[in-house]
Amino acid sequence: MEYINIFIKSIFVDNMIFAFFLGMCSYLAVSKTVKTSAGLGVAVTFVLLITVPINYLVNKYFLEPGALTWISPSLADVDLSFLSLIMFIAVIAAIVQMVEMIVEKFSPSLYNSLGIFLPLIAVNCAVMSGSLFMQERGYANIGEATVFALGSGIGWLLAIVAIAAIREKLRYSHIPPALRGVGITFIITGLMGLAFMSFMGFKL
Amino acid sequence: MKNTDLIKLPFSKNNPILVQVLGVCSCLAVTAQLKPAFVMAISVTVVVALANLIISLMRNTIPPRIRIIVQLVVVSTLVVLVDQVLKAYVYDVSKQLSVFVGLIITNCIVMGRLEAFAMVQKPWPSLLDGIGNGLGYSVILIVLGAVRELFGSGSLWGFPVMEKLGLYRIGYENNGLMIMPPMALILVGLIIWWHRSKNKELCEQ
Repeated sequence: MEYINIFIKSIFVDNMIFAFFLGMCSYLAVSKTVKTSAGLGVAVTFVLLITVPINYLVNKYFLEPGALTWISPSLADVDLSFLSLIMFIAVIAAIVQMVEMIVEKFSPSLYNSLGIFLPLIAVNCAVMSGSLFMQERGYANIGEATVFALGSGIGWLLAIVAIAAIREKLRYSHIPPALRGVGITFIITGLMGLAFMSFMGFKL
Repeated sequence: MKNTDLIKLPFSKNNPILVQVLGVCSCLAVTAQLKPAFVMAISVTVVVALANLIISLMRNTIPPRIRIIVQLVVVSTLVVLVDQVLKAYVYDVSKQLSVFVGLIITNCIVMGRLEAFAMVQKPWPSLLDGIGNGLGYSVILIVLGAVRELFGSGSLWGFPVMEKLGLYRIGYENNGLMIMPPMALILVGLIIWWHRSKNKELCEQ
């Protein structure tokens, strides 16, 4: 039950885009067609799903205060949590690089369709914040962290596909010239955020 | 490009948020009040300027294949320093900013300027470019923070402006929507609208 709760909550209530505005840069830059944005959404979900559990283990066995007791009990009062930013980003950059090489080797067609987006996922704030939120909220075990990562990724995918679909339709409407493109996308995202706020306090 | 342009252009014609649309995430999330917005603005400016300088000094020795990792390491070292300084001197603000200080690492302004400018330019222009872009970002952050705090909670930097003016007695109410996250997006949308109607050449087709 706890898993389902975390899953639903991270998709709708704590949606990365509509509640925290994370990963906005690629969200704004890539959401011109539904097809590419769905591809990017899947890639982000996939990277989140790998990096958050790994960073959970890194946090639990290296960074937390007293995490190093498995090496020797005398290290119980060592607190390495100030290193967490560097460790997390290093893990993310390494995983993204590895995913890129694996995809290139085993599925060249997927690799070509993702193109430049794949390496750019390393600097997508949604991925980094997945790990940081995981650390801040203190999930009880690796299962919860994984479910949280999956939910956040799907929430991000949902948001970018929705805005891409709206932008495809927007091409046929009369928008004041100065508001075209980025301006109207911001306002629509704001309105969608208002709609998503109705999920607030939602609990299973 | 002249050195003065490096500082001047990011304020309007080449503003990181309004025109380059970079670093939007943090700009929206921390601006519900003026003080965290101000602290965030300073932190980002420091990180962009120093990262630009350091990467520019190292630009000829970085192998292109691993440049993203090198850039990330430099940036995250700077961010860890900023994070520790904030925790030591303004602990309450650093709690309010929570993960967003860490997210300066993945702030697109930093990476964007490193890739577009510092990798190909000399150290001194790179430092100026970093300062200029940081300040251009700061202006938007401070405007957003001031507007949202003034109309959302009726205060500025914690000082109860609306109450001192006596507006509550004649029936004025705070606009609760202003402190909600979606309002930040709508405000940025409106600022972009205003900015582009002043600068017609920036309009998209």
